[in-house]
Amino acid sequence: MEFLRRSSSHRLVVLGGIIIIVLGLLALLGSLLTPYEPTGMDFGARFSPPGLKHPFGTDEFGRDILSRILYGATVSFKVAFIAVGISSTVGVFLGAVAGYYGGWLDEITMRFMDILFAFPAVLLAITVMAILGRGVENAMIAIAIVYIPIFARVARGAVISVRGREFVTAARALGQSHTIIIFRHVLPNAIGPIIVQTSLSLAFAILAEAALSFFGLGTQPPTPSWGRMLSEGRAFLHQAWWMGVFPGLAIMLAVMGFNFFGDGLRDLLDPRTRND
Amino acid sequence: MLFGVSVLTFAIIPLVPGSPARVKLGVQATDETVAALERQLGLDRPLTAQYWDWLSGIVTRGDFGKSLISDKSITGEVTRRLPATLQLAFLALLVGLLIALPAGITSALRPGSKIDLTASIFSQIGVSIPDFWMGILFILLFSETLRWLPSSGYTPIMESFGGWLRHIILPAATAGLISGAIMTRFIRSAMLEVLGQDYVRTARAKGLPESIVINKHALRNASISIVTIIGLQMATLFSAVVVVEIIFSWPGLGSLALSSTLQRDYPMLQASVLLFATAFAFINLLTDLSYVLLDPSVEYA
Repeated sequence: MEFLRRSSSHRLVVLGGIIIIVLGLLALLGSLLTPYEPTGMDFGARFSPPGLKHPFGTDEFGRDILSRILYGATVSFKVAFIAVGISSTVGVFLGAVAGYYGGWLDEITMRFMDILFAFPAVLLAITVMAILGRGVENAMIAIAIVYIPIFARVARGAVISVRGREFVTAARALGQSHTIIIFRHVLPNAIGPIIVQTSLSLAFAILAEAALSFFGLGTQPPTPSWGRMLSEGRAFLHQAWWMGVFPGLAIMLAVMGFNFFGDGLRDLLDPRTRND
Repeated sequence: MLFGVSVLTFAIIPLVPGSPARVKLGVQATDETVAALERQLGLDRPLTAQYWDWLSGIVTRGDFGKSLISDKSITGEVTRRLPATLQLAFLALLVGLLIALPAGITSALRPGSKIDLTASIFSQIGVSIPDFWMGILFILLFSETLRWLPSSGYTPIMESFGGWLRHIILPAATAGLISGAIMTRFIRSAMLEVLGQDYVRTARAKGLPESIVINKHALRNASISIVTIIGLQMATLFSAVVVVEIIFSWPGLGSLALSSTLQRDYPMLQASVLLFATAFAFINLLTDLSYVLLDPSVEYA
């Protein structure tokens, strides 16, 4: 209960949480709310500036941008959650095992993670997409791969700091198997940093999905995706500035939400910033 | 480390489903023609042999092989683009530091002040804003509306310094601003931590003028953390450089990586990725080395 009370008094977490919930609801229900069909073209209304009929304007096919942004929210959230789901599961598993057992298993795993770290994120994503081919599903995998090393590192660090504690030695003395120790004792205590990292990774995943779609590698037309809308906007910047502005705003808002939440959570969990 | 990078980069081609030979010849090609080309390109040899040939070709002759699409030598293209990427990265870092150092240090010196809050908001935006969107906004502002700067293209510095500057400013500023925003918070924390230390309080108690306290004591010790921060930020910076190259059509290795991916020119992709990752690793090494120079008590393992 105290945790909840402190959570609600911490503005960042609340703000982030609100943004996420609002956007999440939009993502889930957006398809019901859209005034227009996101793929519905209206050639009479091409390049309409923002106005009463189309609050965010229309694009080169006369499609309503607001509706497309709402649909894009669904895509972004879906990709982000699945990618981070994969990434956190694999990464935490690898990191926890490496951190718990140590030795050569640790060495090898971390070496491999270091190699992945040696590639700047975007480049790695592009390379993985080159191997897998275009498409939303492959984008999810690519984003997941980029973030696995980070989850591994966070999990490993958390596990290492916990594994020396007394209850672990006690559990071993009682004869509990390693697997049970990892899942029942070590991980629950290491979960804090992992959750923080999850929120921050979700922020990045939204950014990454947008970037990959922007490059033409991720979500394929005609599915609306914020990144893809931005790349279309880039082409028509001269005639229709709103095409390049609103999708970007949406991306930034979503990323901010997850960043605020993660940062706030991190501050809450960090023993140094606690003032008890 | 670099070895591992090269292995992974080489692995791109074997990992792609289908054969590069078929990509080159097209879907209509008969199986015999594809097989013949594979033999000619040496694709039917064991992977380790292929890897060794590829690597030794690069290291001894600087030969990256031929493009799958145009059959031209890759080396020329790639060596042309490397300096372009490095210039952009360097300038972006400069811009980032020009922003982050004053902002971060001043925020730390006056925590809670208006400056601190503004810097905080600015850095929060910088972390969340998509780099490609920021590039678009800049283009909208400076190229479309104000018509001050071009939105794409590149002039080699040898040809015209003014032209070079005009073309590099927007991309470098985009990548640099974002990098700077991120670095601001870290520099602020590092500075705050140093300022809270005992020797700073001692220096102040001794009655030393504030400027000496800051310059001689605090900064000197914070510079180690700052260099670490720069090192950590390199990954984000280089990632932003890739994006910025693509948006502004800057002819660097990053945009080459994307175009070769879109065209399925895998050898070209390998070469650009390898070179990019190597440049990145090299710069990381440089920052590590400067770390050692700054703090004599650190032994380089």
